Amino acid sequence: MHDILEKSGFNPDANYKVVGTSPIKHDGYDKVTGRAKFSADAFAPGMLVGKVLRSPHPHAIVKSIDTSKAEKLPGVKAVITREDFPEKKAGTGAGDMTRIAMAREKVYWEGHPVAAVAATSERIAKKALKLIEVDYEVLPFVIDEVEAMQPGAPILHDYLRTKGATGADADKPTNIVERSVLKQGDIEKGFAEADVVIERSFDSKPMHQGYIELQSCIANTSDDGQVDLWCCTQAPWVYRDRLTAIMDIDSSKIKIQQSELGGGFGGKTTFYIEPLAVALSRKAKAAVKMTMTRAEVLKGTGPVSGTHAKIKIGAKKDGTIVAAQSELSFQTGPYTGSAFVNAQQAIWTRYDIANVETLCYEVVSNRPKVASFRAPCVPQIIFGAEAVITELAQAIGMDELDFRLKNAVAKGHTTIYGQKFDEIGLIETIEAAKNCDHYKSPVPEGQGRGIACGFWFNRGGETTGTMSLAPDGTVNIILGTADVAGSRMSMAMMAAEEFGIPVDRVRATLADTNALGFNRVTAGSRTTFSSGMVVVNNARQIIGELCSRAAKMWKVPEEGVIFEDGFCRPASSNVGDFEPMSMKEISSKTTYTMGAISAHSEMNVTGAGPGFAVHIVDTEVDKETGFVAVKRYTIVEDAGKMISPIQVEGQLQGAAVQAIGWALNEEYIYGADGRLQNAGFLDYRMPVASDVPMIDTVIVEVPNPKHPYGLRGVGEVPLTPGPAAIGNAIANAIGVRPTSLPMSPPKLLALMKSAKA
Amino acid sequence: MPDLRFEAPGSLADAVKLLVAAEGPARVLAGGTDVVVQMEMDMIEPALLVDIKRIPDMGRIVQEEGGFRIGAAASGMEICEHEALCAAWPGIIDGVKLIGSVQVKGRATITGNLCNASPGADSVPPMVTAGALAHVVGPNGERDVPVEQIPTSPGKTSLGKGELIESFKLPARPKNSGDAYMRFTPRTEMDIAVVGVAVNLTLDEAGVCTAARVALGAVAPTVLLVPECADALIGTKVDDAALAKLAAAASAACQPIDDKRGTKEFRIEGTGVLARRVAQKAYERARANA
Repeated sequence: MHDILEKSGFNPDANYKVVGTSPIKHDGYDKVTGRAKFSADAFAPGMLVGKVLRSPHPHAIVKSIDTSKAEKLPGVKAVITREDFPEKKAGTGAGDMTRIAMAREKVYWEGHPVAAVAATSERIAKKALKLIEVDYEVLPFVIDEVEAMQPGAPILHDYLRTKGATGADADKPTNIVERSVLKQGDIEKGFAEADVVIERSFDSKPMHQGYIELQSCIANTSDDGQVDLWCCTQAPWVYRDRLTAIMDIDSSKIKIQQSELGGGFGGKTTFYIEPLAVALSRKAKAAVKMTMTRAEVLKGTGPVSGTHAKIKIGAKKDGTIVAAQSELSFQTGPYTGSAFVNAQQAIWTRYDIANVETLCYEVVSNRPKVASFRAPCVPQIIFGAEAVITELAQAIGMDELDFRLKNAVAKGHTTIYGQKFDEIGLIETIEAAKNCDHYKSPVPEGQGRGIACGFWFNRGGETTGTMSLAPDGTVNIILGTADVAGSRMSMAMMAAEEFGIPVDRVRATLADTNALGFNRVTAGSRTTFSSGMVVVNNARQIIGELCSRAAKMWKVPEEGVIFEDGFCRPASSNVGDFEPMSMKEISSKTTYTMGAISAHSEMNVTGAGPGFAVHIVDTEVDKETGFVAVKRYTIVEDAGKMISPIQVEGQLQGAAVQAIGWALNEEYIYGADGRLQNAGFLDYRMPVASDVPMIDTVIVEVPNPKHPYGLRGVGEVPLTPGPAAIGNAIANAIGVRPTSLPMSPPKLLALMKSAKA
Repeated sequence: MPDLRFEAPGSLADAVKLLVAAEGPARVLAGGTDVVVQMEMDMIEPALLVDIKRIPDMGRIVQEEGGFRIGAAASGMEICEHEALCAAWPGIIDGVKLIGSVQVKGRATITGNLCNASPGADSVPPMVTAGALAHVVGPNGERDVPVEQIPTSPGKTSLGKGELIESFKLPARPKNSGDAYMRFTPRTEMDIAVVGVAVNLTLDEAGVCTAARVALGAVAPTVLLVPECADALIGTKVDDAALAKLAAAASAACQPIDDKRGTKEFRIEGTGVLARRVAQKAYERARANA
C-alpha cells in the first residue's frame, strides 16, 4: 500500500488550496465555549471516587500496610495495596512500571503511592486514607544525582549494577544506571589544534510539563474482567499494553478511549492513576473515577531530568570548531528511563565537529520518576552547549550567527549517531535569522541580546488510521495518534487537499484502542508527519476506489477515469461523454456497486525530517534585584512546509513561554527532609501572561522530501534553544555568565555581586 | 472528619452567635479565596463556615469623617474601582491590585487578606501605613484595633472566639500626602511577595517630610511597622542621603527566613532596594497631591 505514497513524494510545484491556510480548528468551538469533554468531565452510572495514599517519606521500607479500619468505614467499597498487583521482577520493565504505580518493597520518593481507596464520596475516600496504617522503616535518602553518584550515598536498589561500567565499578552496588560514551575522531588531537578553548560547568533543575488538565480517569471493569478506561493520554495503546504487562489482563479485554487533552507535552505518555483505578474498579465491582490534585501531579508525576554538565570546546581562530568534550549526568528518579541518549546525540547536532566525546551518566535518586517533556533532556543540555558556542564566537571575535553558519551541518552530513541528513534547513534558518528585523535592529540601551540554535530529530513510527466516505460525499477520518495540539485539523486539511474539497466537508476523530491497530506514543513531533502519511495514503486509496466505482457505473475501463477537485471525470473524450460524477453521487450509490467506500493504512513511518531553530532574545535585568524581563523574543525555525501556519506559530510561541519558565523561575525545591516544598502553581513559578512578551516567528520552509506535503515536526524543536538563548541574553545584559537553571533573581543577584567583588 | 456546616446569617449579631456557639473549628467566609483553597488543599478542616456577605452593609465603601469606611465584605475589585478611594489612598490600591488576578479580586476582600495572617499579604502593609483601624465585633461588644495588631504570627490573629471584623476606618488625608506599596516577586503577577514595602508620607509646602510611616511585609512573622525607617525620612526632602538611611534601616529591621520563596540574604537586600523605590514613589505622589 506504500506504493501510492512512494510514487508521489513531495511535489515542489503543487499549488495548494487548503494546505498553507489557517482555518479555525474543528475542535476549537467546543474548547472556547467550555463544551469540550476533557478527562474530568466524564461520569459513569454508580461511579465511585478513588483517592491515593502517598508516602510522606522519600525513602523507606514498607514493612506492613493495615487497611482493615479503612475497609470497615461505611461508604468504602475497595482498598488496594501492592497485594492487588501481581509480582513482577524488580529491575525489569514491568517490574519498574508496577512499582511506580504502587510501591512494593520500598517507597522511593515522597508521593509514591502505597494504597488507594474507592468510596461513595471524595470525603469518605479521604477519611479512609487516614485510617490506613503503614509501618515504614525510614531510610537515608538522596535527591541530587551528583550526590547519588558519590561513594557512600544511600543506595536505592541493591540489585543495580552500572551498565557500561568497567573494572571494579562493574560489580558494586550503585545508583548509576548507565555510563555511556559516544565519540568520534581524536579528542586530544582536536584540542591540540584549537586556538581558543572554553570550559564550563552547568546545571539544571527538573522541569514539569505544566499541563493545565490534571490527570483524571474513569475505569470500569466488568464482572467478567473487561476493562473500559477513559482518560487523558498521549498514548492509548501504550497504556493498554502496559496494563497488560503489569496486571496480566489480555489486551483484547482492555478498551481505552482518550478524552480531549488539556495539555500533555510528553507528561501524558505514561500512566499513574490509571492502573490503580482499574484495580479499584475490579475490586469494587463499580466504575471508579480518579482525579489528581495539582499537588499530586507535582509530587507524583514525572518532570524531565535535572542535569549537571561539564563542557569543554575548542575552535581555531578562523572559526572552525575542532573539538567538543562533555560529561553529562541525568536524574531519572528511582527507575531508568530518562531518555538521556537524546541529549547525548543532540548536544552538537547543529555543527560539523570532527572530534567529539560525550560521556553520560543516568542516575537514580529519591525523586519522582522522570517523564518525557518536549525534546526530553535536550533543552537543558543545549543550555550549556549554546552558551559555550556563544563564548567561543565572542572569544574569536566573530558574529555569533556567522560562527554558527561556518560550522553548520548541511545535506549529506552524517551525524555522530549515524544518520545521514537529507534536505535540512539549518543554513536557511540561520540566514533567515541574520536577515530578520529583530537581529538587524540594535540592542536597546540597558538590555542584552542572546542567540541560540536548537535541534530536534523528529520521529516517525507505527501509525494506523482509517478513512470513510459518507453517502453525502463527506469524509470521516479516524486517527490513532492523540490530538495534542490540533492535529485533527491538520489531518482534515491534508485530506481536503487530496480530494480537492473544502475542509469543512472533512472531520477527524480519535480512535479507541479497539478501533485500530497499535499506534506508537504521540510524541517525538511525529503526529502530523506520521498520521499525515496515513491520511494521505487513505485518501489516495479512496480516490482510486472512486475512480473504480465510476468506471463500473460508466462501464468503461478504470484507466479511463481520473479524479479532480472532488469529481470523477472521463480521462479524455475518447472514453465517452459522461458528466463528471461527484463524491456524493458515487458514495450515495454504493448499494449498487461494492458497498461502502473506506480505506485503512498501517505503517511504520520513516523519513521524518530533522528540525532546526534559532532563537533571538532581548532581556533587561534589574541590577538591584536580579529580576529578568524578557523584552523581545523571535523564533526562526524550519517547519518543512506548513499545513496550518497558525498552528505552527502556536507551537513556536508556546515553546517560548515554556523556555521562559524553565530559564527564569521553574524549579523543584526540596527541604532537608527530602520533601517537595513547592507542589503548587503558587510556588512552582510557571510564567503568567504578563511575564511573556509578544513572540515573533519567522518560519522557514525547506520541504521534507519524504513527506507528500513536505512537512517536518515542529512540536519540540522550538523549546530546545530557548533556555540557552535567554541565558546568553542575560550574560550579555549583566556581563557575567549564569550557568545554573533557573536563572532566578537570588542567583543572578549573587552572581552580579561575585563579579563585582 | 466532622461534617461541614454552612451558615449565611442576615445580621452581625447572628454571625457572632453562630461563631460563639461553634463546636470545632469555625471560619468566617467572605470571598473565600483563602478559606476555600485551604480546605481544598486539606490545610484546614472547618466544622462551620459563616458567610458574612448577606449581612446588610458589609460590602459598603463610604466616606466618613473625611476618611473612608470599608465594609468587611467589600471585594478587591470594588475597592480598586472606587474613584475617591483610589485618589486618596493609591498605596492601598497598589497593594490590593497585586492580590491574585482580576477574577480572584472579584471575590477576595482585604479583611480576608488581613485575617489569613500571612506576612506576605499585599494589602496589609499599606493599610498599616495608612493607620487603618479594624472595627471588631464580638460577644463582648465592639472595639477598634489598629490593623497591625490583628495578625500575631503566620496564620494566627488576635481575634477572640466569636469575634470578627465588621469594617475598616481609613483616616482623613492631609494635603501633600501620598502613599505607595511595591513588592518583589519573581513573576510579574499571580505570585506571593518575597518582600513588600509600604510608605505613607506627609510633606510641608516646601516638600519636607513631616510625618511618615513605613511598613515591611514578608520579612518577619508579621508585617513590621518600623519607626527607624520613618525617622530616616522625617525632616528630609526624601533625597539620596535620606533614601540611603531608609534602605539601611529597612534592611536592619528585617527578620526573614530562608524558604521556597526567597533567601534571607535576598530578602534583607531586597527590602532596602524596595524601600528606596517605594519612598520615591510616595514622595512623587505627595508632591502631586498639593
